[in-house]
Amino acid sequence: MKICYYPGCTLKTKAKNLDNYARLSAKALGVEMVEIENWQCCGAVYPTSKDEIATKLSAVRSLDYAKRNGGKLLTLCSACHNVIKRVNYDMKNDPEINFKANNYMSLDEKYNGETKVIHYLEMLKNVIGFDKIKKSVVNPVNKKIAAYYGCLLLRPSGVLAFDNPENPTIIEEFIEAIGGIPVVYPMRNECCGAYVSIKDENLSRKRSTAILNSAKEKGADMVITACPLCLYNLQKNGEGIIPTVYFTELLAEALGVKNNG
Amino acid sequence: MDKREILENVVRICGTDVKRCMKCGKCSGRCPAFNEMDVKPHQFVSYLASGQIDKLLDSKAIWYCLSCMACVERCPRGVAPQGVVEAIRNTIAREQGKNGIKAEDIPPIIDDRIPQQLLVSAYRKYNK
Repeated sequence: MKICYYPGCTLKTKAKNLDNYARLSAKALGVEMVEIENWQCCGAVYPTSKDEIATKLSAVRSLDYAKRNGGKLLTLCSACHNVIKRVNYDMKNDPEINFKANNYMSLDEKYNGETKVIHYLEMLKNVIGFDKIKKSVVNPVNKKIAAYYGCLLLRPSGVLAFDNPENPTIIEEFIEAIGGIPVVYPMRNECCGAYVSIKDENLSRKRSTAILNSAKEKGADMVITACPLCLYNLQKNGEGIIPTVYFTELLAEALGVKNNG
Repeated sequence: MDKREILENVVRICGTDVKRCMKCGKCSGRCPAFNEMDVKPHQFVSYLASGQIDKLLDSKAIWYCLSCMACVERCPRGVAPQGVVEAIRNTIAREQGKNGIKAEDIPPIIDDRIPQQLLVSAYRKYNK
């Protein structure tokens, strides 16, 4: 199976592992991630002000490409997923944004939110299936792992529709599938300090240490994430309480393809 | 723009109907940056509803909102306090010389692990 894939700028540079291990694992599971042509940075944050149109256009370009090439767009970075999915929702449900964006883009055929945006975790669960992954595992992870959801995958839940925003389970199901022991802890859907860490490191330090301490208290050996900024904040401002790694690294390890790249 | 025009513009771009607020305070109760904020999330909603735009334009809290959407998620009335914070921050940042971060402040904080995502998101949020 082939699927259009939007990597985003960070996955081409500082988060190469997140991308590389995802591709290797998908290949082992029978999915080819086809990087879309001429993708542009999504902007990393969804602009909520109603008069911000230009900052939404790069997402529309990628969505329109995917519409013409299979109808689905796979994302991996939490931020890209959040931006692209929310812009897609606007194109479908906000007539003013739809009108202005289409007016600017002058596409051959208007884009009205037709593309289905799928996060890599959703693909694992709903397209490949955790049962199949479980059968493909050759090195069970066998560690106590805390899923860190953060904000971008879950909220706003009315648009993201990723999982229950207060009590999500998809990453815990993933951990079980690769042979790990999921650790549920109170702070798993809390914010790491996000971009404010550039202005005030202290806020991120308070948030990141609280998150990692919460996971450690429940017995976790490590935390996994799908977000490069969460990884950076937790590693840099989390005082090394427990390690944070990308979820795709554990997947590649479990599938025995980590060193194939 | 005069103050009345600024108020009208914020109402127009914030993307939420602040008159629906029933003042339960769940947004502020859930906010991870509550302690850092001089004006609290529920006050962004109530000040806008009562037209007290000056209090919002003077706030430092606009630079501490994490856009984590926790306030939006918890509101039982479908109000989006984050939308008001962002509308105020954009109103300020769009003025000449009022950006939240300066380019010359960036090089000293760059380390070899800093993700592009952090720089891009901070610039998108703080600078116009």
